[in-house]
Amino acid sequence: MDMDDPTNLPQAAATHAIDDAQNTGDEQEFLTFTLGDEEYGVDILKVQEIRGYDTVTALPDAPEFIKGVINLRGTIVPILDLRLKFHLSKAEYNDFTVMIILNVADRVVGIVVDGVSDVIDLPEESIRPAPEIGGSVDSQHITGIGTVDNRMLILLDIEKLITSADMGLVSATSH
Amino acid sequence: MGIDFERLHAIFFEESFEGLDALEAGLLKLDAGDRDPETLNAIFRAAHSIKGGAGTFGFSDVANVTHALETLLDQLRDGERAVTPELITSLLESVDGLRELLSIARDGNQADPAFVSGLRQVFERLLGEEPAAAAEQTAANAPTPETPAPTGGWQIHFQPHEHMFMTGNDPLRILQELQRLGDADITAITGKLPPLSELDPEKAYLGWDIKLQGEICEEAVRDVFAWVEDDCDLSIQPLESAAETETADATPAETAPAEQARAAAPATAPAAKKAKTSSDSSIRVSVDKVDSLINLVGELVITQAMLKQMSTGLDPTDHEQMMAGLETLERNTRELQEAVMSVRMLPMQFVFSRFPRVVRDAAGKLSKKVNLVTEGEGTELDKGVIEKITDPLTHIVRNAVDHGIESPAERKAAGKSETGTLTLKAAHQGGHIVIEVSDDGGGLKRDKIIASARKNGLEIDDNISDDEAYQLIFAPGLSTAAEVTDLSGRGVGMDVVRKNIHELGGQVHVTSEPGKGTKVCIRLPLTLAILDGMSVKVGGEIFIVPLNYIIESLQPVAENIKTITGSQRVIRVRGEYLPLMSLHDIYSTAAANDENSLVVLLESDGRKLAVEVDELLGQQQVVIKNLESNYRRVHGVAGATILGDGRVALIVDVPALTEVAPKAA
Repeated sequence: MDMDDPTNLPQAAATHAIDDAQNTGDEQEFLTFTLGDEEYGVDILKVQEIRGYDTVTALPDAPEFIKGVINLRGTIVPILDLRLKFHLSKAEYNDFTVMIILNVADRVVGIVVDGVSDVIDLPEESIRPAPEIGGSVDSQHITGIGTVDNRMLILLDIEKLITSADMGLVSATSH
Repeated sequence: MGIDFERLHAIFFEESFEGLDALEAGLLKLDAGDRDPETLNAIFRAAHSIKGGAGTFGFSDVANVTHALETLLDQLRDGERAVTPELITSLLESVDGLRELLSIARDGNQADPAFVSGLRQVFERLLGEEPAAAAEQTAANAPTPETPAPTGGWQIHFQPHEHMFMTGNDPLRILQELQRLGDADITAITGKLPPLSELDPEKAYLGWDIKLQGEICEEAVRDVFAWVEDDCDLSIQPLESAAETETADATPAETAPAEQARAAAPATAPAAKKAKTSSDSSIRVSVDKVDSLINLVGELVITQAMLKQMSTGLDPTDHEQMMAGLETLERNTRELQEAVMSVRMLPMQFVFSRFPRVVRDAAGKLSKKVNLVTEGEGTELDKGVIEKITDPLTHIVRNAVDHGIESPAERKAAGKSETGTLTLKAAHQGGHIVIEVSDDGGGLKRDKIIASARKNGLEIDDNISDDEAYQLIFAPGLSTAAEVTDLSGRGVGMDVVRKNIHELGGQVHVTSEPGKGTKVCIRLPLTLAILDGMSVKVGGEIFIVPLNYIIESLQPVAENIKTITGSQRVIRVRGEYLPLMSLHDIYSTAAANDENSLVVLLESDGRKLAVEVDELLGQQQVVIKNLESNYRRVHGVAGATILGDGRVALIVDVPALTEVAPKAA
């Protein structure tokens, strides 16, 4: 990685925040959810609805983290399990398992998470750039790290994450 | 509140494009010899409403060009101008130009002024020359007797030299100028006109004797000829002393073919059908609205199926009324669904109507004579299918004109009439529509196809059947055309055609008879939105197999299942060995009890395949949902549907499965 990257990131995050936070001044609203012990946040404007986990129809020829598809009032929506995608140690399906239905890049996609916690306003100054990390989440999918009451919140660029090639949701031949 | 101009614009453009289509269709009818005044009126009306709309919305380029077009059409209507193939060609070109202008305007761009003025010049040229052309033709057809010359005027003899056209001058324009000066009586001198076979369209053969009457000074007359004085024989004398000038010779190139066409026209005229003037009332509705209606009905069908399923556990005697109600609901739902689906259905006319132009252009370019016959234009097909089939069909038609139908000379040598026939046929066949494109040309050349396929690296057995050889034309990169032309022969195309048709759930097959012609047969589902399917259970999941691919289902006997090279299983059905695959393996579902599995025989594109399933659940009509709108294409899955209980089931893509399967021997 280049040396410029860390300096670019907060800038990008800042512009992003200003773009989306039309009514809240310098604040941006996030929906927070848990994956294992970690807490994540996604731009609330991308969230369409939250549903309990339901039976999915498995798809052939799909990576493990793509659970399958569900019928969302007549629309076929693919469901992917972020816990499997991020290689968390366990991914249980119980009464508290939830799906967040997202509207990203003109697509409707559901993600399975351990639980939804809150909707929070995050002032711009409390968003810090993400450190360089390796692992299953490329740091380019993290817009920054927020701090709320000493809790660390990982802010995901969910649109980039969902549409990234290794998700296998968007195939080169489909368009 | 202001008027919603965006929407009005959209309607204007939509109507204008339709108007242009109507205009084009009308022009082609004229070209075919139709002299029904109503045809001309329809053309005129189309041009007029485009002009009106363009004027209202301030698209001045479009308005100006249509105005010129209208003036021209007006002259046609009043009989001041004769219909010639050249005129039709120019008009068709200007229709293309208008279409372009309209799309530029629709996209909110400014048209290139050069383009606009070029387009206007086409009309100006036509407007300039036409009355003269009409006059000249009258002269050529029935030489006008010399009328007694009144005093005051000029007798002009005008004989362009052969190279006149090369200098960029147009005699017709000059004649038109003269007419503007006064009452001109023009007689063509056709003496230099060579036989048609020797006629060089780029040379000027015709001359004219013109009696120009009226108080006109010699200067004015000389001025008209100012640019051509050195390129013609010219004599201008006062009328009384008009001397007989020696006969001269040429026809402007146009006249000869024009006459020919006029001679041919009356013969074909009776065959041309009268324009159907239907006064059915209709409303214009956006496709989105219809689609959302279809989706809603789809939901209703699912809900109804759900209710029905729930009711099966109830005691029929206790709930007699509710059962009856559910029954009525089922019937009404089905009828509603059919009615809504029919809204999207359009007659094949929408596709076929563009082919006269395609064939005319292609044949013209190749100097071939082709007669297009269409049958079954009334056959209805889903709008979505119609839109997607147009391009492949156009390609097939062009191919037929280019490769199928031979040149007039070859046809004559083969003892056929010089004019080839291209037939487009559409008909319903079960739940399908079958479209046939047949020509009476030379047929496919088996040897050439095989040689070309081998060159492309395909391994071909010498003994393949003719039928199999013919299907090779759909292989990628294959072209048997001796030379690459504008129209076809680059070897890209037929494979794309087949791919597009497969994507529509259809099949394409070609048959051919050497010397007699080629027939391409396309089978398509009537609609993309619903299909009749067999629901099967495989490892706890439910899959839908499109019914039209299923030949039969059977309970296999263990001794009939064998293996080849240890892994590939085959099943023997009535002496035929078919590859056997398990849907468990294909869709990697949990394996279920193999003992009681059933076998379903599938056929697509002439390939047969047997698949193992756990259970047959029953036949049902399903609404096809697109998997790609939110996900991506999955190999072996044609789409998804929603079952009565709200769950999603995948639809088996049979052609994709059989493609992997070796061809049944």
